[in-house]
Amino acid sequence: MDLFEHQGKELFARYGLPVPTGEVAYSPDDAVAAAQRLGVPVVVKAQVHTGGRGKAGGVKLAADLDAVRSHAAGILGLDISGHIVRRLWIEQASDIAEEYYASFTLDRSARKHLGMLSAEGGVDIETVAARDPDAIARIHIDPVDGLTQPACRQWVQAARIPGAVADVVADVLVTLYGAYVDADADLVEVNPLIVTSGGDVVLLDSKVTLDANSTFRHDDYAQYEATQTRDEREQAAHSKRLQYVGLDGSVGVIANGAGLAMSTVDVVNQVGGSPANFLDIGGGANAEVMAGALEVINNDPAVRAILINIFGGITRGEEIAAGIIEATRRVDIDSPIVIRLDGTNAAEGRELLEPHLGGALMMEPTMLDAARRAVELAGAAGGQVQP
Amino acid sequence: MSIFVDENTRVVYQGLTGSQGRYYGLLNRDYGTQVVAGTNPRKAGTDVDGVPIFATVADAAAATGATVSCVFIPAPGVPGAVLEAAEAGMELVVVITEGVPAHDEAFLFNKLRRDHPDVRLLGPNCPGVISPGKCNIGITAGHIAEPGGPVGIVSRSGTLTYQALYELKQQQIGVTTCVGIGGDPVPGTTFVDCLAAFEADPETRAVMMIGEIGGSAEEEAADFIAEHMTKPVVAYVAGVTAPPGKKMGHAGAIVSGGKGTAAAKMEALTSAGARVGQNPTEAGELMVEIVASL
Repeated sequence: MDLFEHQGKELFARYGLPVPTGEVAYSPDDAVAAAQRLGVPVVVKAQVHTGGRGKAGGVKLAADLDAVRSHAAGILGLDISGHIVRRLWIEQASDIAEEYYASFTLDRSARKHLGMLSAEGGVDIETVAARDPDAIARIHIDPVDGLTQPACRQWVQAARIPGAVADVVADVLVTLYGAYVDADADLVEVNPLIVTSGGDVVLLDSKVTLDANSTFRHDDYAQYEATQTRDEREQAAHSKRLQYVGLDGSVGVIANGAGLAMSTVDVVNQVGGSPANFLDIGGGANAEVMAGALEVINNDPAVRAILINIFGGITRGEEIAAGIIEATRRVDIDSPIVIRLDGTNAAEGRELLEPHLGGALMMEPTMLDAARRAVELAGAAGGQVQP
Repeated sequence: MSIFVDENTRVVYQGLTGSQGRYYGLLNRDYGTQVVAGTNPRKAGTDVDGVPIFATVADAAAATGATVSCVFIPAPGVPGAVLEAAEAGMELVVVITEGVPAHDEAFLFNKLRRDHPDVRLLGPNCPGVISPGKCNIGITAGHIAEPGGPVGIVSRSGTLTYQALYELKQQQIGVTTCVGIGGDPVPGTTFVDCLAAFEADPETRAVMMIGEIGGSAEEEAADFIAEHMTKPVVAYVAGVTAPPGKKMGHAGAIVSGGKGTAAAKMEALTSAGARVGQNPTEAGELMVEIVASL
């Protein structure tokens, strides 16, 4: 789950981390009212789940209320890498003397947490890494020990953080690591972490991604769930608890198991087609889940053919076949469906499907054959003039 | 022979009294697995279809000689369940449960390595391990695996594993052991662990490895293959066309910051000397060729 900048900062604040004061705004009027309460100058910041806001004109300093109004009007509705700005964060302007970079994430190959810190913040960290790899200090943190004060101090020194603020920065980082762990974050990134001309250390930006598997111990994460950026298809699939990723082709894909679904998407591409989606219906394939999956795919106007690729394991072929037949009865499908059914009791399953074949429902013996057929049908249907 | 589990393996199921635990635990028993005990602190002294329930793994081990545990406990209870099993002296802990937070997995991995270095954790979020004809622990459909050898299988994906087992069975090619390591970010057992075990197992003469996008486990496996494997390896990697930044069903299947792509993994495996199939069928065909030439 990706958090907006302001959600990340509000989360940081709950752990006692220093962030600027601000308010959310959804209109220029909101923005002006917020700025009045906060006191100008303020920064008007687009809230989107993507980077590069500054370059896209999504972050503006406003010296007075007129500027707040015009910046808010200009930023709302802006398209930043495909993300339309619908909310703003109005924040008291900070007086920046120094800009650093700090982040924590899980290093999968080391199986430890990885902290990255640099005295060269405020710019894209990839750029810093390319220009001067030594400018970034890395620390691997054993989750059992956590980030200890002495280790943190050494890390801060290695990052060439000036001695005058080193202790304060180290304290902030220990607290930030605590927040990263306690909040079950996949990533916390602060760029820039600033020192004001008054010598205060402030977290001026936030990028936070939370682990969706951790919601059982975070009752309040439903609020973040509600603000995820999903296209309509992804939202529909999500509400049916289906594992779905929208793609931009014309062959709708349904498979059981994440690996098989990924593989099916690959094979559609390999035979010259383009998949409309990745969709994993999970272990079983009962009528209800299958009907839900077909509905989501059917509502995608780009879909010209549907490929159902099922491998029966514990779930038997005849149960899967019954599920498909029942689902096609429940949902009015616009596109032809090609089925590949294999695995446990596949013969029995195919026998059940046999009387329903012909017309829009067809079956192929292998994954490759089924993908070729679906791609062919998508191509043919794509050429038709819609009445 | 086989790796990790065989006909003598005695297994305790943590969560045998739950619906999933009961269903798969009894299926495993029907397959021939020695399902000797279950645990549930509130139901000690009862039984599940004749399998005795104990309060703790330690009690179960003392009474039945179990040395392997299979965990069907819901995600919030997984860290506690795994540590309980490790403290009770289990050699192998197989966690089927999905949805375990990544921080818990990272903690468990390091905690076990430090305090219980001899305990092998398989999973979480894995289909389990099967030595066909001998022992099946987890949710794999046992009957689609041909017993015997010479092929060992290790996989990050459940259904693709079934597919591989099935295709080999169609060709009457036997499998020594098939290990599902799961698709989570910090699996307890890795490709490298399994490749090393297969390399050491005299009955395994070729290995099929099924990977997917995300992380660098396949690249680490490629390094191991290049340096240590004398046995032929056939590999397949799913997710060639997966868009960056999207989790493809599994929590660990994500291309981030240009890292973890299927193309890079296939390249690494090819350079290491593995035969890489472009799709599961092709990987199956490559394995048939290799087995014929052994």
